[in-house]
Amino acid sequence: MSKVKKADAAPPPSTDFEVRSLDTQCVNASEQHDAPWWYNLKYLVAGALFGIVLVKSEVISWFRIQEMFRLQSFHMYGVIGMAVVVGIISIFLIKKLKVKTLAGEEINFQDKKFTKGQVYGGLIFGIGWAITGACPGPLFAQLGSGMTVIAVTILSAIAGTWVYGKFRERLPN
Amino acid sequence: MLELIKQPWHWSVAGVLVGIMVPMLLILGNRHFGISANLRHVCAICLPGNISFFKYDWKKEIWNLFFAVGIIIGGFLATQFLHSPEPVKIAPALASSLAESGINDYSELMPAQLFNWDNLLTIKGLVFLVFGGFLVGFGTRYAGGCTSGHSISGLANLQWPSLVATIAFMVGGFISSNLILPFFLNL
Repeated sequence: MSKVKKADAAPPPSTDFEVRSLDTQCVNASEQHDAPWWYNLKYLVAGALFGIVLVKSEVISWFRIQEMFRLQSFHMYGVIGMAVVVGIISIFLIKKLKVKTLAGEEINFQDKKFTKGQVYGGLIFGIGWAITGACPGPLFAQLGSGMTVIAVTILSAIAGTWVYGKFRERLPN
Repeated sequence: MLELIKQPWHWSVAGVLVGIMVPMLLILGNRHFGISANLRHVCAICLPGNISFFKYDWKKEIWNLFFAVGIIIGGFLATQFLHSPEPVKIAPALASSLAESGINDYSELMPAQLFNWDNLLTIKGLVFLVFGGFLVGFGTRYAGGCTSGHSISGLANLQWPSLVATIAFMVGGFISSNLILPFFLNL
């Protein structure tokens, strides 16, 4: 039951795990096709909560990121480690208790496939993360907290994504 | 109570709240916690060109953009209403090594001496703002996710490729922060 339904003529599998609609069909069909736009406002509220946490826990701080990579503080390891533990327990309970979405739909999970991109891309992102002191979530929170110059960093990250998309077929995968 | 919330939050509190994002998004509508895909959606919306990677129905992923705009709003609210006036506390070892490169302003969460508009067109500004951002955008998409998509969502669902990605993020960061950054900071 928990298997994701595939279309008969499935497109070539995407290795991009954050964009599931490319791989999966019929996921949340009702929400994706019938729901009005304001149905998405709940995600805006969730994002706002996340943004507040990122700022107040100083995860958006360039200094905290340097301390993490120089092993000078436990803070970031604590935040990420605790988040993973809470996530593992939550997903375990969702699967075990067959928790449904608010709309009463089944919650789907998809296994991730290994690609070389996780190594090469991961290293490239790690290098960038230490320079900017921010991964994508904190970049948005920094912008919101009034550091307007971070808009340049976000635009540059969008450019980086575009260049990846342009050349991805020529990269080892 | 408000005074307590204005203090920087302990890692355990922050970790629990970040972790709760995973089940919250799943229960709200079967959404998997992840942020960097937004960068791809922006490409798909604004400049898909003739690139197959950007030709998909981005409207199906619009929730993710709402989430990102929410993060911007949350950043604003936290800074506007929950701001702590204290300077950022940083590890003494970091302070002394940054001082050698002239970074000694801890009044904000980002070092104002690096991240400001006046720096934008200097070599340092181009490295920290433009080059760094480019690597983040390129690398996260190549890896298929960022800290949220792989290190939190992926690990929470016990996906070993996400563990590989997370290790790669950390190795890249260690190399960059310890070996590359001292050079960039002294440009």
